Amino acid sequence: MSNYLILGAGPAGVIAAETLRKVDPSGSVTLIGDEPEAPYSRMALPYMLAENVGESGTHLRHGERHFDKLGIDIRQGRVNALDVGARSVALSDGSSVGYDKLLIATGSHTIRPPIPGMDLAGVENCWTLEDARKIAARAKPGSRVTLMGAGFIGCIVLEALAARNVDLTVIERDDRMLPRMMDNTGGQMIRRWCESKGVRVLVNTAVQGVSKSGEQLVLELAGGESLEADLVVCATGVKPNVDFLENTGIRVEDGIIVDNRLCTSVPNVFAAGDVAQGPDRTTGRQEVHAIQPTASEHGRIAARNMAGVDTPYGGSLSMNVLNTLGLVSSSFGAWDGVSGGSSTNAVDTLGYKYLRLEFEDDYLVGALALGLTQHVGVIRGLMQTRVPLGKWKARLIRDPHQLMSAYLECTQGVIA
Amino acid sequence: MHKALVIDPDKCTSCLQCEMACSFEHEGVFNPAKSRIKIFEFEHGKRSIPYTCTQCAEAWCMHACPVEAITVNLSTGAKEVNPDVCVGCKVCTIACPFGTVNYESDSGKVAKCDLCGGDPQCAEVCPTDAITYVEADWTGYDKMRDSAVRAHS
Repeated sequence: MSNYLILGAGPAGVIAAETLRKVDPSGSVTLIGDEPEAPYSRMALPYMLAENVGESGTHLRHGERHFDKLGIDIRQGRVNALDVGARSVALSDGSSVGYDKLLIATGSHTIRPPIPGMDLAGVENCWTLEDARKIAARAKPGSRVTLMGAGFIGCIVLEALAARNVDLTVIERDDRMLPRMMDNTGGQMIRRWCESKGVRVLVNTAVQGVSKSGEQLVLELAGGESLEADLVVCATGVKPNVDFLENTGIRVEDGIIVDNRLCTSVPNVFAAGDVAQGPDRTTGRQEVHAIQPTASEHGRIAARNMAGVDTPYGGSLSMNVLNTLGLVSSSFGAWDGVSGGSSTNAVDTLGYKYLRLEFEDDYLVGALALGLTQHVGVIRGLMQTRVPLGKWKARLIRDPHQLMSAYLECTQGVIA
Repeated sequence: MHKALVIDPDKCTSCLQCEMACSFEHEGVFNPAKSRIKIFEFEHGKRSIPYTCTQCAEAWCMHACPVEAITVNLSTGAKEVNPDVCVGCKVCTIACPFGTVNYESDSGKVAKCDLCGGDPQCAEVCPTDAITYVEADWTGYDKMRDSAVRAHS
């Protein structure tokens, strides 16, 4: 009987635990998370903040005693150290847990800029359920809220804060919103949209420090302006949780390097989700793709390989979808183009619609879309099947909106 | 073996009855824009194909959902969205490589084909049998679906 240990109770860890139970019914499965909560989805927190769902609406699983029934032993604990020789992890309460096969799905943690005042009460992240509770307590209708960071996470939080009818200012250090998910055209369009909905957006703006003046927080901006706030929400980035791996011999770059079986450089140790740096389906390089679909695929495939069911992984695809105050945007793969590739786009500035496609040879390798909500998944389909576009490439370059027709003819084979 | 929607594009006349029936069944309105099956026309209408979810075994949408809002209906095999659980995050819409889960801004949720609980209205109203709901192993449909899944894996 195999003894499986999973570190991390997010989507990758939970899906791995369930998959292990399916493929090795007799194995023992232990799942250790470090938060005092039922396993939940960080992705759902903004919807709780927007009061679309209650706390239980963020839970990954809803069935009563779901994990008990599956015989998955869930424990709360924080991992201090890993001993790959002894096959054991040391927890912060002094106990240790052994394993035959280990999955590291410890996710990532938030990072804050190294400026004064980031530890003041009222400066919060929006990363854990506890963070969301603190924000909910402070973000009342009319509260002055400053959001630091207009990346993907920042923009999801923006949506939730706006739904709470706060007086909202967004500060981004880069020259546009979503600098790693949108090009200039898309980023500026989203900014204009947000401004039209009453959100103040400051780009090219650095915060130099935060201080307290009575009950108010005061942000000092580069350039001399200062800004008062009741609440500062910091969304300036995340980093994989890998500190406990020092001196284990497990190879770590941006995240834990894993092969196409999700195995790390140390036998019997696997990694999945935000913490893993695994194969990218389109580039062939190893990348951290800290997104939900990658976490779920990693969790499933790692578990199968842990249980000895050899399952190679085709690789993850960098992609995101976002709703910014009603404007839906998505990005896929090499949306900024590849050298020697070709590109096309269609812009409707007043209608807030934008579609950009990037090609390499005869293949679609990246895309950006604003205002597209129908059949958007075919972009992934075209990219990951790597089906040659043939005559459709020229047609798409003339009219990118022919995507669905191109997809149907090129991939489904239902038309002669 | 579950029944499946089997589509024969050669028989489709683009009459849009399926879209009308689908939108009426799910949204209570005759509005092709709200249909979960869509007709795509080629060569200015000379050819057309009805397109919807194949309820694929991979269930990319279901696995990608962060809140377990998409589950399998054990009697039909359909992957169904529970709108009370869906938070509207849209991850399934980019995870599905067939592009058959769509975000509906009116409801703030996603929508996809649910086989109408086992009595799909698109097949019911299709006047030319371009859309039928039959035992899947009679038809070679699995072969088509398998090839699509293989292409995506």
